[in-house]
Amino acid sequence: MILLWGSNARETHPIFFHHVLKGIHNGAKLYVIDPRRTSSAQWADTWLGLDVGSDIYLANAMAREIINSGLENTKFIEHATSGFEAYREHVQKFTLERAECETGVPAAAIKQVAHAYAGAGRAQLCWTLGITEHHNAVDNVVALINLALLTGHVGRYGSGVCPLRGQNNVQGGGDMGAIPDRLPGFQHVENDELRGKFEKAWGTKIPATKGWHISHMLDAMERRELTTLYCLGENPADSEADRHRALKLLSGLEFMVVQDLFYTKTAELADVVLPASAGWCESEGTVTSSERRVQRVRAAVPMPTGVRDDTEIIFDLARRLGHNWGEPKAECIWNELRSLSPMNAGMSYARLEEHGGMQWPCYDEQHPGEMFLHGRLWHDPLIGPRAPFSVVESVDPVDALDPQFPIRLTTGRRLDSYNTGVQSGWLNSPLRHEEAIDLSPADCRQYNLHEGDKVRVTSRRGSVVAPVRFDSGLRPGLAFLTMHFPDQVATNDLTIDAVDPRSGTSEFKATAIRIEKCLEQ
Amino acid sequence: MKQTMPAPSQAAEQELAPTPLQPIPPGPVPQAPPPRERRMIGITIDGQPVSVPEGSTILEAARKIGIDTPTLCFLESLTPVNVCRVCVVEMEGSRTLVPACSRKVEPKMAIKTDSERVRLSRKMVLEFLASSVDVSTAPQFAGYMERYDAKPERFGRNADTVEQPIKIDNDLYVRDYSKCILCYKCVEACGVDAQNTFAIAVSGRGFSASIATEFQVPLPDSACVYCGNCIGVCPTGALMFKSEYDMRHAGTWDESRQQQTTTICPYCGVGCNLTVHEQDGEIVKVTSPLDHSVTHGNLCIKGRFGWQFVQIEPAEKQE
Repeated sequence: MILLWGSNARETHPIFFHHVLKGIHNGAKLYVIDPRRTSSAQWADTWLGLDVGSDIYLANAMAREIINSGLENTKFIEHATSGFEAYREHVQKFTLERAECETGVPAAAIKQVAHAYAGAGRAQLCWTLGITEHHNAVDNVVALINLALLTGHVGRYGSGVCPLRGQNNVQGGGDMGAIPDRLPGFQHVENDELRGKFEKAWGTKIPATKGWHISHMLDAMERRELTTLYCLGENPADSEADRHRALKLLSGLEFMVVQDLFYTKTAELADVVLPASAGWCESEGTVTSSERRVQRVRAAVPMPTGVRDDTEIIFDLARRLGHNWGEPKAECIWNELRSLSPMNAGMSYARLEEHGGMQWPCYDEQHPGEMFLHGRLWHDPLIGPRAPFSVVESVDPVDALDPQFPIRLTTGRRLDSYNTGVQSGWLNSPLRHEEAIDLSPADCRQYNLHEGDKVRVTSRRGSVVAPVRFDSGLRPGLAFLTMHFPDQVATNDLTIDAVDPRSGTSEFKATAIRIEKCLEQ
Repeated sequence: MKQTMPAPSQAAEQELAPTPLQPIPPGPVPQAPPPRERRMIGITIDGQPVSVPEGSTILEAARKIGIDTPTLCFLESLTPVNVCRVCVVEMEGSRTLVPACSRKVEPKMAIKTDSERVRLSRKMVLEFLASSVDVSTAPQFAGYMERYDAKPERFGRNADTVEQPIKIDNDLYVRDYSKCILCYKCVEACGVDAQNTFAIAVSGRGFSASIATEFQVPLPDSACVYCGNCIGVCPTGALMFKSEYDMRHAGTWDESRQQQTTTICPYCGVGCNLTVHEQDGEIVKVTSPLDHSVTHGNLCIKGRFGWQFVQIEPAEKQE
């Protein structure tokens, strides 16, 4: 059984979805939970079209149904979890009937998916940004983890929880410590012993407290605490929610360096632009994929003149600052990482080559890597701490619907495009049409709109003009836009920067808008 | 005497909730369930005994002992469809020749892969195909024709062909059905074996059968999503990257000057392996290794075609 929650993998992770399709052809049931009836949902046995932001309600109602039907995995709960009693009590108020009202999903469908998930021999629960691009993203994630703990669908062959990562090395960025509270290998910066290990190896002091997420950085810019920015391979001038604010803050910096392949919107605001090579085909190194597989990237073509490898630029910068790190060599840098990050220790370049990539953790050169995590939870006696159930409340999206802003706008990707279009914009895709706002046919009738009509889309923060496209996968009251063509439709002029305080992610998935037909067509 | 704190009992330690400050201790290395045991089946091929697991094909058994069997419509990642008949072998007790690519081994089978009858059949298959189809860009054909002494020209200049105008209706790939041997691989890759898009099928019957979109509409009007997985499996060059087609047309395509480097796709987090084909410092096409556990040779539109951004002129980039 495969449960895809807030993910349109058919378009956003097409080759992962090939594996899902193999499962379907082998008899696996697919359930898709998504406000839109996406091209992934079209493959589902059952599609649960929930209202944007009601995921926790749905998850807790599923949990109640599983518990009250006696389908929870009592043995696993007793063996490996904590906090079950409080959780059981908490979910009792999430009845199927109330959940139907709160989520828009028929009670019978919630019951069906609950029984299918709990009753499956093996079940994968996969999610994407539909879960994490909310102001309560972490609550959303733990609500799903609760379900996996309740049914024991974790840490077993074929059963697990699986966030599908959106970028080729976003997992690797985390692995390498490019998150505010971690050093490489997810070692916490506030753990003195672990930090001490790095300080010793690097011969320098490391700040003992965690840093900022990008959204926290914007707040710090507002407070004038952050005045200088070095931005590598990111285009926040287009990609941040509530773009007007982001642009204002980035423009107000005292000094900004942008290191990128392209002269992006962000680069236009920079004091210094450092042209960088394309990491995936002009440089040597590694990336980590969604399945924790570390794989080699290799230079396949020479980089253009005037462009330098990211590591060369950083090494040179260090030299100018008085630190001679020698000559950058991808393998040497990787080996240094291996000496400091236990989960990568066994992954030599030779082994990565031999195995076609390896999945962390891989503790030594005899270790085969791990195809799934959390197997320790099934070990008798239990190894390590118990996995806690979390009591989470359902909270509505911050940008509330009201008569002024009656339509829920959600955002996402289309198959042939990627983020702000910096890379994919150069692909001459026959699938691509002018960026348009997708609306349900029923709403179009109500507003007397035809396909191609231009509408003004307004949120509490901004306003854009976009042509209309019908999408019968949208329910009335739901609209869809992408970030792919900020020059055509600057979607982030509309979105809200309500941020999850723990993950730092903005609520890109829930904007309240109104639409008005443009007088000039 | 020095006082020492009593060590917390193991049970008490386990009661503690995990904290991000402390690394989670390693557990046992996860194992996949052992594969179902398959009994070994012994057969003879060209007089040589060979033993392979039950469910293997004659082709797999032949390969195990180093017998090279020609194939056109077969690919490891696709379900065999037995249409090209170039892999046929003689099986003792069988009236007809059998396709090695799909026929499963049975105990005591006696197979001949190089008998007069097999050689004649393979030669005829190659001659029929090569007399009616343009096989000039099919990499395996020349070798097979030489090996079986195939002479397609013996059917004369008036032999019917499938020649037709090339279809160029988008910027990503071209379809030249004058080169199509109807091996069905593209249909399978577009269908249940990989992409599950079902944009193409075989239309028409007999000699006028051809691969087509619904009602022969141009690709941009069809269900095609431009994953290019059909190009990846095409054995004759009937389906070709537009980049390759243009270079061949201009006379600049030169595989001897090309290098292949396998790297990772720059887009989503699936980690698809991309084999970048480079010529004179430029990417000329992108494929994926058939034997990698992530892609099995398949890609999406972004992975296969989304590389232009690395080789646009600096002047263009500034715009």
